Amino acid sequence: MSASVIATHRGSESKRVVAGYGFWIFLLSDIVMFSCFFASYAVLVHATAGGPDARQLFDLDRVTIETACLLASSFTCGLAFIASGRHSAMLFQASMAATLALGATFLALEGAEFHSMLQGHAGPTRSAFLSAFFALVGCHGIHVLIGLLWLMTMMAQVYAKGFRNDVLRRVLCFTLFWHALDIIWVALFTVVYLIGVAP
Amino acid sequence: MPPVDLFWGKLTWSAIPIHSPFPMFASAGVAAVIIAVLAWTAFKGHFPYLWREWITSVDHKRVGVMYVVLALVMLLRGFIDAAMMRAQQAMALNGPGYLPPEHYDQVFSSHGTIMIFFVAMPFVIGLMNFVVPLQIGARDVAFPTLNSVSFWLTATGALLVNISLFVGEFARTGWIPYPPLSELGYSPGVGVDYYLWSLQISGIGSLLTGVNFVTTILKGRAPGMDLMRMPMFCWTALASNLLIVAAFPVLTATLAMLLLDRYLGFHFFTNEAGGNVMMFMNLIWAWGHPEVYILILPAFGIFSEVIATFSSKGLFGYRSMVAATMGICVLAFSVWLHHFFTMGAGANVNAVFGILSTVIAVPTGVKVFNWLFTIYGGRLRYNVSILWSIGFMVTFVIGGMTGVLLALPPVDFLLHNSLFLIAHFHNVIIGGVVFGLFAGYTYWFPKAFGFRLHEGLGRAAFWFWTVGFYVAFMPLYVLGFLGMTRRMQHYDVAAWQPWLIAAAAGAVLIAIGTGFLVAQLVYSIRHRDALSDPSGDPWNGRTLEWSTASPPPQYNFAVLPEVSALDDYWVQKQRASNNRSADSVPSYSAIEVPRNSATGIICAFFATLMGFALIWHIWWLAVLGVAGALVTFVVFAWRDQVEDEIPAQELARLDGLDRAARPRASDQSFVS
Amino acid sequence: MTEVAPGDAPNPEAEPGIFGYVIGLVLSSGLTAVSFYITRGSLFWPPSIPTALIVLAIAQMGVHLVFFLHMTSGPDSTNNVLALAFGILIVFLIIAGSLWIMANLNHNMLPTDQIMKMQR
Repeated sequence: MSASVIATHRGSESKRVVAGYGFWIFLLSDIVMFSCFFASYAVLVHATAGGPDARQLFDLDRVTIETACLLASSFTCGLAFIASGRHSAMLFQASMAATLALGATFLALEGAEFHSMLQGHAGPTRSAFLSAFFALVGCHGIHVLIGLLWLMTMMAQVYAKGFRNDVLRRVLCFTLFWHALDIIWVALFTVVYLIGVAP
Repeated sequence: MPPVDLFWGKLTWSAIPIHSPFPMFASAGVAAVIIAVLAWTAFKGHFPYLWREWITSVDHKRVGVMYVVLALVMLLRGFIDAAMMRAQQAMALNGPGYLPPEHYDQVFSSHGTIMIFFVAMPFVIGLMNFVVPLQIGARDVAFPTLNSVSFWLTATGALLVNISLFVGEFARTGWIPYPPLSELGYSPGVGVDYYLWSLQISGIGSLLTGVNFVTTILKGRAPGMDLMRMPMFCWTALASNLLIVAAFPVLTATLAMLLLDRYLGFHFFTNEAGGNVMMFMNLIWAWGHPEVYILILPAFGIFSEVIATFSSKGLFGYRSMVAATMGICVLAFSVWLHHFFTMGAGANVNAVFGILSTVIAVPTGVKVFNWLFTIYGGRLRYNVSILWSIGFMVTFVIGGMTGVLLALPPVDFLLHNSLFLIAHFHNVIIGGVVFGLFAGYTYWFPKAFGFRLHEGLGRAAFWFWTVGFYVAFMPLYVLGFLGMTRRMQHYDVAAWQPWLIAAAAGAVLIAIGTGFLVAQLVYSIRHRDALSDPSGDPWNGRTLEWSTASPPPQYNFAVLPEVSALDDYWVQKQRASNNRSADSVPSYSAIEVPRNSATGIICAFFATLMGFALIWHIWWLAVLGVAGALVTFVVFAWRDQVEDEIPAQELARLDGLDRAARPRASDQSFVS
Repeated sequence: MTEVAPGDAPNPEAEPGIFGYVIGLVLSSGLTAVSFYITRGSLFWPPSIPTALIVLAIAQMGVHLVFFLHMTSGPDSTNNVLALAFGILIVFLIIAGSLWIMANLNHNMLPTDQIMKMQR
């Protein structure tokens, strides 16, 4: 009955592969959603309705720090992933805490940016350009916030349940999520901040 | 503007439309039915059974049936909307008719919304849910609890739309809420908000289904089931779910932008401050066109299964069918501008999208020829499923041809938003999707419930539906050419009325056909012993689901099949009949089955609270709803015991009973 | 044919090395620094800056995919790469399609605030 065993399908995959692949597909759908916000931003970037535009509003120094934070947090997230593979609780919790701190710093800086724009009458209700900006950057920020909540939940789960297989699968999915957020940030700071401010 | 109450938000007693007889009677009727069903269930003591076996079930077969039940119930509601419209248009020559404009607008909006999102989508997803894991030789989908969550979130969306009937109002913008009409300035009421939150919530459910099924099909197949040995229905399910994953995020994003405009004063699509109304049309149709392929591709898959089975012949041109399916999947994302040719993008853009829209008809043509060649040279057995299939082939081809006509921009400039367009899309959706769903419903009903549907009543339903469809919609093509625009509450062109009266008569025929479907179900349940399917294979089927009992055990297969060919079950049967040796008893090993979970319904409960609260601006309740959903999620993630184990001896015992009860594949007789 | 979960190192039994992450961090930082420098400095011909920035961004996304997400071109991760390719195709169609369509629409049609003025 097993005619060509080598060429044919082996059967269903392990739970880790299934969970990771499913989350990967979900992430791709999330990236498609972001692309709609990017497309809207690109279409509306010049619709400033007489209000402030990119060059007047964006502070590249703050964006530099935000980018450094997020990139570093991707690195510490990688350390956490290695730690989970080694079942090293200390390294895992330390790396995750570092990721949390860096992510929270990112959010705090972004919150400060939004706050100062709102104070300066450059809020989302001012013009279509600002609506698109706040929606796009805000959507990424909300994802980071959800990521941080998830991060804290994973720290709690590892503490409570150790490196059980289902916990490890969730750690894998979390790292996928966190790295994807940094990839989206690369597109974001390029398209919104750098191209916006470029001469 | 009155100050917003912090506790009640915008909700006041005036939200209940006591001055409008239709919603009040409808709500009273629905309430009566719901109370009667609940009372009967409680009286008979069925609640524990319902909770254990259905509501908290994560079994794909149960979830699939629940989806189809939701779809059929919502079909009745959507059909009543249609009947109201036909009646109004038949009588509203130079007069107001019986339905005031503000209600007529809500009726056509809810008709479209319900039919697409809460009839067609759940029906398609329900059938895919039931059939795909069985056909690929799997025990369940990749993420069973997520599957249950998807269903319950869809049900939440349907619930919210129906709540709008007696608390508040529904959108008046049509089933696609174009701005600026859908912006706060022109639609200050709650109607558009009901639409938006209902679709955002059920949209999450649909997206999760897409993720689930792509993973299941690509990672969960039985040993030996290469992709090119997969049944055609699974290929179309794969393509459809890839489209769900790719397109539903666009819907979520676009509706989110409209929500931001309405709730937080953003300017994506407003008339002032630089908003771009046309951006909405562009994005929403980038979702909207793939959506129709999400619906039709599984229907094509159903036809492939039904036609091959009842021709007693393998599907002709399997490889070209696969290529055509995946070709449609990719092309589906390249034609969306044809929904707004007249919006002024210019000749170059219109030409490119027009050509691509005609090109996308080609793979569908390949499929039709393959089905015809499957029947040719086979021995066709006539039954209800084949009748629906033949009806489909004639009807869908007509609809497709009118679609190719509309794909030409110069023609579309005359016919856009006329009744010709309405006739076209109903032609392909009813002739394609609905006929396919009815064929699949009839075909797989015995597998799900252990007894067939009555054949005669099914044929009556088919004839009334088909003749009714032509009587209802062919006049609409004529009306399109006569210049009648869509969504007219009244008109003053006398030449249109005879056609509208004919269309109303067609609606009556379809109503009778629907009545026969209901009667068929009731009769079949009453006479289920006479119609029973003891062998699990009533149609002499070709694919793996027919090797299981009817209904299959929770775990589907005691031992996972080792697949060696396309149409593996058929091949096994041929081998068994040629070589009449006794079946050898397989060796069993313990299996794991996922545990029931109330996560789905609890999440849906909080989602309903959140949706209702957001619609009525009851902010504290919205926060509660979101928090509740999040807590539910974390509680679910904290479970320690995720699965139950069925030990090998128990499995051997259960499977032994099944093998004793059902005749072997080699000597079964089948019903034609 | 074994399959690897996306995000897992190509050989999950062996440890994913920290070295890969370090390289990724260094390369990403470098690409980011170059992007920021291009924008601020006056060394580049201005009309070329957006294109250069996009190329650098794509390169950096590639660095993330390879070094942080361990996407390889091996047969074990074919499904993962195919899924990614599908996603990229859709993103491209949406963004390019929308930009093209909206540019044409905006060119041919009056902006809404001007239409509103006409109506008054």
